[in-house]
Amino acid sequence: MGNFACVFHGESARFHHANKSTNERDQGQVARLGLIINPVAGLGGAMARKGSDEADIGARAAAEGRVSQAPMRAARALSAFRESCDAEVLAGPVLPDTGTVTPVGPDVLQGTAEDTKACVRAMAGQVDLILFAGGDGTARDICAANDTGIPILGIPSGVKMHSGVFARSPERAGRMTAAFLSDTRQRTEMVEILDLDEAARRAGRLSARLYTVARTPLDLAGARQNPKAGNTDPVGEMDAALAAYVAGMREDTLYVLGPGATMKALKDRLGGGSLLGVDVAEGGLVTGTDLDERALMARVAGRRVRIVLTVVGGQGFVLGRGNQQISPAVLRAAGMPPIDVICGAEKLAGLNPQELTIDTGDVALDGTLAGYWPVITGPGRRQVMRVVA
Amino acid sequence: MTAPIKDYLKRSNGYRAAKWSEPVVMEMTGSGRRGVVFEDAPAPDLPGKAARKTAPALPEITEHDALRHYLHLSQMTLGMMGISLFGTCTMKYNPRIGERASLDHLKGLHPLQEAETLQGVLEMYDKFSDFLCEVSGMDQFVFQAGGGADAAYTHACVTRAYHASRGELQQRDQIITTIQTHPCSPATANTAGFEVITLSLEENGYPSLEQLKSVVGPRTAALMVNNPDDMGIYNPDIKEWVRIVHEAGGLCFYDHANFNGVMTRLRARELGFDACMYMLHKTFGAPKGGGGPAVGAYGCAEHLVPFLPGPVVVKQGDGYALDTDRPQSIGRVREFMGNAPQVLKAYAWARAMGAEGLREAADISVLANNYMDKRLGEVKGVSRSNPGIDVPRMEMTRHSVEQVAQDTGCSIFDISMRMTDFGIDALWLSHEPFLVAEPFTPEAGELWSKEDIDYWIDVLEHVIGEAYSDPEIVKTAPHNAPIHQLTSALDEPGVWATTWRAYARKHLKSMAAE
Amino acid sequence: MKAHPWMANSGGSAKEEMLAALGVNSVEALFAQIPEDHLMERPLELPPQLASEVALSRHLDDMLGKNTVFPTGACFRGAGAWPHYVPAICDEVVGRYEWQTSVFGSPASDHGRNQAWFEFTSQIGALVEMDFVGLPVYSWGCAIGHAVRMASRMTGRRKVIIPEIMDPERRMVLETYCEPVEMARHIEIVPVKVGADGAMDRDDLRAKVDGAAALYFETPGYLGVIDPDPGALCAIAREAGAEAIVGVDPLSLGLLEAPGAYGATLAVGPTQPLGVHMYAGGGVGGFIASPDDERYAREYNTLNVSISETRVKGEHGFGLALFHQSSYGMRDEGKDWTGNSVYLWALANAAYMSAMGPEGFAEIGRLIMARSRAAAQALDGLEGVSVDLSRPVFKEFVATFNRPVAQVNASLRAAGLLGGKDLTGEPGIEGHAALFCVTEAHTEDDIDRLVAAVKEAVA
Repeated sequence: MGNFACVFHGESARFHHANKSTNERDQGQVARLGLIINPVAGLGGAMARKGSDEADIGARAAAEGRVSQAPMRAARALSAFRESCDAEVLAGPVLPDTGTVTPVGPDVLQGTAEDTKACVRAMAGQVDLILFAGGDGTARDICAANDTGIPILGIPSGVKMHSGVFARSPERAGRMTAAFLSDTRQRTEMVEILDLDEAARRAGRLSARLYTVARTPLDLAGARQNPKAGNTDPVGEMDAALAAYVAGMREDTLYVLGPGATMKALKDRLGGGSLLGVDVAEGGLVTGTDLDERALMARVAGRRVRIVLTVVGGQGFVLGRGNQQISPAVLRAAGMPPIDVICGAEKLAGLNPQELTIDTGDVALDGTLAGYWPVITGPGRRQVMRVVA
Repeated sequence: MTAPIKDYLKRSNGYRAAKWSEPVVMEMTGSGRRGVVFEDAPAPDLPGKAARKTAPALPEITEHDALRHYLHLSQMTLGMMGISLFGTCTMKYNPRIGERASLDHLKGLHPLQEAETLQGVLEMYDKFSDFLCEVSGMDQFVFQAGGGADAAYTHACVTRAYHASRGELQQRDQIITTIQTHPCSPATANTAGFEVITLSLEENGYPSLEQLKSVVGPRTAALMVNNPDDMGIYNPDIKEWVRIVHEAGGLCFYDHANFNGVMTRLRARELGFDACMYMLHKTFGAPKGGGGPAVGAYGCAEHLVPFLPGPVVVKQGDGYALDTDRPQSIGRVREFMGNAPQVLKAYAWARAMGAEGLREAADISVLANNYMDKRLGEVKGVSRSNPGIDVPRMEMTRHSVEQVAQDTGCSIFDISMRMTDFGIDALWLSHEPFLVAEPFTPEAGELWSKEDIDYWIDVLEHVIGEAYSDPEIVKTAPHNAPIHQLTSALDEPGVWATTWRAYARKHLKSMAAE
Repeated sequence: MKAHPWMANSGGSAKEEMLAALGVNSVEALFAQIPEDHLMERPLELPPQLASEVALSRHLDDMLGKNTVFPTGACFRGAGAWPHYVPAICDEVVGRYEWQTSVFGSPASDHGRNQAWFEFTSQIGALVEMDFVGLPVYSWGCAIGHAVRMASRMTGRRKVIIPEIMDPERRMVLETYCEPVEMARHIEIVPVKVGADGAMDRDDLRAKVDGAAALYFETPGYLGVIDPDPGALCAIAREAGAEAIVGVDPLSLGLLEAPGAYGATLAVGPTQPLGVHMYAGGGVGGFIASPDDERYAREYNTLNVSISETRVKGEHGFGLALFHQSSYGMRDEGKDWTGNSVYLWALANAAYMSAMGPEGFAEIGRLIMARSRAAAQALDGLEGVSVDLSRPVFKEFVATFNRPVAQVNASLRAAGLLGGKDLTGEPGIEGHAALFCVTEAHTEDDIDRLVAAVKEAVA
């Protein structure tokens, strides 16, 4: 127990079941930073779009005389980074407004996601961290090309930032990067990469999908000398919460297990399951993985059911983002089963406002589900959260 | 430092912590020196394999060296020698009279002496119980718990015994608390075997009645809550909370961690609570000693008295006796009756204050906090928790330097470390998880003078100024302390060493190899 | 009101200045958050204020003067708090206002106290020969309780084996920590027989140890008996997959083998013998030690102070280790709580152990054994008193009388002596028995006085 292999993008990346890991870097080894600047990031927002993912967005923005904020925000992050770190920076596809960097990537830009991906591939084996200026779309593009699992950190510059990889400001991103590169023990955690489901959006419905997970630097502000803070250990608490949950599972119940890194750890305690999909477990074992709505309907029929979910992304979604398979129809077919949410207290504390959100697409159903939910935060511990539609 | 000079630069000019280059005492060995000697006695005949084979690797120093070494270490401890507004800990004067009286009267007493020979101690316990009963409205106090957390644990154990006596313990397996209640309540409730349900804050700064109602039911064993919380917010629904929990059959415990501002104004029993707890090392002026010995004075109403840990002091004729025949008692949470010296120090403090002194202390602590709030609101980059709530806070308020951190990269940790360079004890930040980013929570209390408070704020303002003009000096602080920032990763198994033996094995050997 | 010496702003103009800065007329306006119907209806009725130190000091002297203090050498009672000699430097060290008033500070600004704490754990580690030691807990009984719960979490088992003869105070604390049977995490306490030689019955232990999370035993035991081969008991426990928790008196460890050397996996014990007065029970404290292995280290509920490097090469500091612990194993329970403990006493303990050194511990051990043996022999020589001299004891021994212990002790009290703890009716005890404690603080004359007084009492 402790580690499990997570296969994505053809590579096997190992990460700690409870998301944290440490990569020891040799003392003599020189750290290098990769900097990805998506030249069209943030344009969609100003143009009243929900993102900047359409291929011609750059051309249309140029026609409207709009300039992306990304290079400027990257320059701010770089400046904060340079205050305490003089490591070499490989940058592309465009360069920051100021600061000394080594260009990488294609000589001729196509103005599409391919530029970003080419840069990421060029950075493989060359850098310790990829700092990027962009939004959820950029994060997805980076992950798609990041076959070697380089940790990533986002400079908030996009329209959509549902993923957990973004620092709160360009300066914070720069400083976290400097701290990460200077630390011989490069500690990371796994976070979820979400993006809006474009097809659903075009159908008039806001819906985020969980695409993958990525490593991001663990914020070491948590390692502090504060005995009066209470010595709870977030990782151990979650680990123990999952152990306690498994110990309390009933033989006669079908468990519908949502996606996400926490859920993956739970599924691993039940023989292994999918990271991004909805699985079912019964009798202590996962018996169906990556099920879609129809498959779920078939499995829940006539069964005693419990739904188990975690909070996905940084915006407090428990139902309706990233786990749309658990649809209103599935919930009704299962007889409106009890829902257990498992999520660390640290993550709940980071939510602003302090509430969880559901959006199943069925307003009446959402109204029924809204209220106060006791979220499992540790072994023998629950925290009550207001759930709004 | 102690003179009320209002210009902080003049006041702080030249402040340097004492610095003695003291080796770890374990290094002072191999000399054959002695610090204590005893009369000679023959080597005993020890049975079987009982005898020690290798002498313990301890220091060999003279008595003078031992004294000098530890006095040097005491001098390298800032504590309250500067200014400490360590929130929730209610930093008070620890009157020396209590120290002297405990050495004069208590040091040689055995805890298992017959009650006839402990009349002074029993009278003190009884009188202080009466004092706290008047302050709280409860019917009996006990002092066995070795700290506030231990008193919370006592309550969890009393809760077990109470529900067990009614045949409901198996059914009532949940204790309800709030995210702003001290972590010791959930932690001790867990240790006692309960599931803990924590309520989240809502817009008013406390959980709503609806939220409470959503979890109260037949499984509810108890509510454990403090009020006001350490953001200075008072929950005005608390009587209704107690009514709802009682209606469901649960007990209500008032953690008086934040009592300083409400003492003489509120009585736990009048609000409906069944039990409460005072930390004598906070509110009642006993020393903290860096973390005890401490006392969590646990008080309860009549219906819980049979379950109290024993023995309990009772009046008998003109004197006092120990009631040991208590079949429903939870037994012990710790050996013996309690930390008698701390009870003595708190009793002495309380008697010197009297009712008028307690009222004055409450007034001053709330006044001083609001004065701090006002001044801190004028400091660049400092903001206040619950900014939408504009009523005056109680005896402390949570503030944030998130803006400073955003602008300069200097975190509240850096700022706190830098403030120690001016003789300010490290700040108290917040319990975890942090609901407010880059938090700090000062509590002025009634001890510190307005000049001390002004100096504290002046230093904060000065350090924030440095963060903007010269962040490096803040980030690399302290510069005036006995030592510099720690750099080892102490949560790594290959690095931590909690004893010299471990240090020698992990680090001295590798150094020698180099 | 008159300015109070403990409240700087209670006199003078400070309150007015602060009110003026806030723009309010009265303090009452600042209590606006509290609803009217929450406030007390009447003023508190408390005894009169004693703001004058003269009056307060007199009151304390009058009240506490009603105790009967048995001077050093006149107290022969132990059982959880023992009349040892406290070197004067220990009182001076713990009396220092700097660390009496410290709360936690930072590793740099409160460096001295953190170093002293590390020296406490280091010296305990040297005595028990174990590499991981936490800061002390409330008491020996609490140390046992936490160690048993650690063992239960580590092994996933819910049973602890103890000797049937165990200090009832410590046993009651352990029972509290093991939770009532109704609780899901109740730990069953299974007592094992103690033989006539005072040692734990090996056969009974083997019969009961299966499925246990831990074996707990003490050497010297509650009644002072030294186990001839504690390593054998530990081996039985370890073979059954249980933790071997041994309770030891640190003052015995100059003579008796260190638990770390004979296979104990956790060591616990009292800290009061190490330079702290009895204080009517206020001097007690407990330690927990183990191998420096993650399996153990990550289960500690104590604060753990580690030596550390600093920004300056060659400089040492001391900070909290394992504060934010990462996960270990499959446990489905959180750790126990951490809170205030008896950290000030740890400073007296550190000063005491450093002054004692290796030779001091050997010397005090020999002296305590010689004095307690001498007292035991002399009492056994009296008509109407018997002591089992075949059992090797350290510091404490059982004397059996021809009449109720209460009568004997009343007679001793009249002679100015505090007699042994009455054991009558405790498990494994026959007849009118008392537990006597003789230490380095007792002279040969003190023992003669005791023997003479007992002789009188049983005549």
